[in-house]
Amino acid sequence: MAKMTLDQLRALRAQKQGELEKRNVEGKDIQVIVGMGTCGIAAGAKQTFDAIVAALEKHNMAGRVVVRQTGCMGLCYVEPTVEVVMPDMPPVIYGKMTSDVAEELVVKHLVEHSLLDSHIFDRPAIDIVKH
Amino acid sequence: MAYKNFILVCGGTGCESSRSDEIYKNLIKEAEALGVSRDVQVVKTGCFGFCEKGPIVKVLPSESFYVEVKPEDAHEIIAEQVIKGREVARLLYRKDKKSETTKLEDIEFYQKQFRIVLRNCGVINPESIDEYIARTGYQALEKALFEMTPEEIIAEVKASGLRGRGGAGFPTGMKWEAARKSPGDIKYIVCNADEGDPGAYMDRSTIEGDPHSILEAMVIAGRAVGANFGYIYIRAEYPLAIERLKIAIQQAKDYGLLGKDILGSGFDFDIEIRLGAGAFVCGEETALLQSIEGKRGMPRPKPPFPAIKGLWGKPTVINNVETLANVPVVLTRGAAWFSSIGTEKSKGTKVFALTGKINNSGLIEVPMGTTLREIIFDIGGGIRNGKKFKGVQTGGPSGGIIVEKDLDSPISYESLTALGSMMGSGGMIVMDEDDCVVDISKFYMAFCVDESCGKCAPCRIGTKQMHGLLDKISKGQGEEADLAKLEQIGKAMTKAALCMLGGSAANPTLSTIRHFRDEYLEHIHDKKCRAGKCKDLVVYEIDPTKCIGCGLCARRCPVPCITGEKKKPHVIDGSKCIKCGECFAACKFGAVVKR
Repeated sequence: MAKMTLDQLRALRAQKQGELEKRNVEGKDIQVIVGMGTCGIAAGAKQTFDAIVAALEKHNMAGRVVVRQTGCMGLCYVEPTVEVVMPDMPPVIYGKMTSDVAEELVVKHLVEHSLLDSHIFDRPAIDIVKH
Repeated sequence: MAYKNFILVCGGTGCESSRSDEIYKNLIKEAEALGVSRDVQVVKTGCFGFCEKGPIVKVLPSESFYVEVKPEDAHEIIAEQVIKGREVARLLYRKDKKSETTKLEDIEFYQKQFRIVLRNCGVINPESIDEYIARTGYQALEKALFEMTPEEIIAEVKASGLRGRGGAGFPTGMKWEAARKSPGDIKYIVCNADEGDPGAYMDRSTIEGDPHSILEAMVIAGRAVGANFGYIYIRAEYPLAIERLKIAIQQAKDYGLLGKDILGSGFDFDIEIRLGAGAFVCGEETALLQSIEGKRGMPRPKPPFPAIKGLWGKPTVINNVETLANVPVVLTRGAAWFSSIGTEKSKGTKVFALTGKINNSGLIEVPMGTTLREIIFDIGGGIRNGKKFKGVQTGGPSGGIIVEKDLDSPISYESLTALGSMMGSGGMIVMDEDDCVVDISKFYMAFCVDESCGKCAPCRIGTKQMHGLLDKISKGQGEEADLAKLEQIGKAMTKAALCMLGGSAANPTLSTIRHFRDEYLEHIHDKKCRAGKCKDLVVYEIDPTKCIGCGLCARRCPVPCITGEKKKPHVIDGSKCIKCGECFAACKFGAVVKR
């Protein structure tokens, strides 16, 4: 994009805010968000990311899901961390999401709509931008 | 088939010991008995960090938050919540007995954390400027450029009570004001991202998770003080943070949020990255400036302060990463909102990197005024393996140890200094009974010996001498008079060193001598290290009554110095033993004893 004016910036913000609220990115309604700070990557987040993408292909979910990266969620003791946001399910943060449990996550949470036991953690604080 | 409800039962160590497992089983049993096991899924989760109110049960999607749940309550939760869709009011969390039961989001103090600096970390894609913009990003910049004068920006930051998060706690607004008033046509903004304390990674995570917040704050600072150029000084050891900063700078330039005539306001601001070679002293602001100028990083006496005479002799504002990350929020939410958080003199929040012998290590952000006990035992989930808490080191090699009796004092710049430690940049290392204070002090002093730039005698000679004395004590060759010497040199360094590296290098030693004098004396008189960390004072032996002669220790021994016949008790040759502890760790029968 070319350099913006004040009005263009405001218009862009309004547009992106809408997209974020609808949780609809690139026309896909499910988001899988992988924590990719140094801590996450050291714990294997890149492998997890790849394994999730592969599992989505295998279970024909790729068309509905966007896999994104984010920074450190703060839960260093249970890295890698993955958040899943999708319709009809509460948003959930999973910890200890190494690549070997990635497929289980896709099958259980995304396909079967149930939570993956023993991997659930809590968002550490309220979101001040929303509240 | 889709579940209508999810019941999350805390499976953290704290809750586990308060019968969460029984609750979990009862919930499943009740769901089956009442015929709703297809409507509700019961799962175990990690620690919710609210352990003193445990066991905790949370029901989704209603976000009902139940505390102090008993196994008998399972029936009511299923019958009421799952079947009738009503919350079990008597189990819901209340701030105090009188208050109305509230929803999770309204309970400010639930989870104890409050994220201002880390507001976007773990939420947005750090490589997407659009996501940053969507979450009120660059809105503060709009305000700063079009709605506020530079004086008003400075007044707002001053009124917010924001203080430097790099450790010393100087009021940010005053720093900006000094630089604004300082005469000169060229001024600079510098972001100090030279995070070097052992165990600290707050700034790295902030940049990796939300690089645009730093850029936005630097442009605002530039507008406030009248600077058109900024440097981010970051250690080369942070490749991912550097990569994301580079991406962010390019994106901001493409959007016209950096460069000439930002958003058509007529204000120009540009940012460049400077890589540090990882010298701890370059986190000291005057040394950092020298390093940017291409000279050897060594501090110089202050005054003149950088706000008057900084980079290339020009007025320069140096702010730490965390300080800057607060700035956009100060402007968008306002000084009144910001200053409502925290204590009287320390406003806002502080990010800590919680590490060491703690269950839930991690990056946390708490309001100033939170107690160390809340951080360690609620958020951190207590000490690993049920061991006994010994102390917590704040401020890394510049801070001191804080012990059990002081855990209830609320965190602020002043309170930590009064306890003989300091806020520091935010590393927080928790120690248990297996850590030795002499060993820790020696470790930090060795770090300071390595990192001392050598410019001033008190630091160059003092750190070396103190390290020598600590080394002597750790080897069992110390005398009681050495403690007095340590205190004497330490105090001299504190007073006479040129910068805070030397000025605070004695803190770990002085504070451990104050709180754990008996352990130092034990090393000196009894030649004993109760934690078994000082290698020279430890003796490994094999208890012949317990040894079954499996030979595992002998195979692991790297020297080797363990001998014995198969299926008969083995012996360690003490004269050859290097005290690596391999045999101790290897023995499955507790036959190797450490003395």
